[in-house]
Amino acid sequence: MSSTFDKVADIIAETCDIPRESIKPESHAINDLEIDSLDFLDIAFAIDKTFGIKLPLEQWTQEVNDGKATTDQYFVLKNLSEQIDRLVTAKGA
Amino acid sequence: MQLEYFQMIDRVVEIDVDARRIRAVCTVPQQSTIFEGHFPSYPLMPGVLLIECMAQTAGWLVSVLGGFVAMPFLVGVKDAKFRSPVFPGNALEFEGHVQHEGSGYAVGQCTGRHDGKVVCEAHVTYRIMPFPTPQFRQVLLERAEQIGIAVKEFAK
Repeated sequence: MSSTFDKVADIIAETCDIPRESIKPESHAINDLEIDSLDFLDIAFAIDKTFGIKLPLEQWTQEVNDGKATTDQYFVLKNLSEQIDRLVTAKGA
Repeated sequence: MQLEYFQMIDRVVEIDVDARRIRAVCTVPQQSTIFEGHFPSYPLMPGVLLIECMAQTAGWLVSVLGGFVAMPFLVGVKDAKFRSPVFPGNALEFEGHVQHEGSGYAVGQCTGRHDGKVVCEAHVTYRIMPFPTPQFRQVLLERAEQIGIAVKEFAK
């Protein structure tokens, strides 16, 4: 069974036409992979559909803008994958 | 339909909130300055305006589902197809479907028909953002009422 990271990396590769091998767990979606906010909406849509969740993008953006969180917490892919796992778990609870 | 004012939808005839579906109708005007250029001696509804029809149809549904508390701005169009020409005087029906309501965005699909035949279709993505001004929201609500949306039922 694919890990959450593998599924996310596959989504990013397909959505943004980025070579799959260049997408690493430590990659930052914005800073390293240069994914812009519009492309990230397509990724969020695919993630929402794949995992049956709703990524709280508005909340994350607000936290970053308020200085309560860094973009690393949400957009480094291993962290994003952990966030997805938490949302999936919370949904099933 | 007033093309110059981007008033593409004449009437919303059905909204099914549970099914996330909307149906809207409009009639392409016989006369418009748009047709003076598109095209001289052969007036034809521009494809970009059919996209606007589809975006507005599904966009109204996004607004309804969100209680008109924020504005869905069109940010993406995919797989747009124009299957048949649309001419002045044609009566059109658009059916929109909101496929996903994400956090701060929504994704929909819309199909346009004339005489039951599909003339256009597209997938549309919206970024949902606060209204730029209270007046903007008021104008939108008034327009919604004009085209038959029960604003009092849906607005939060």
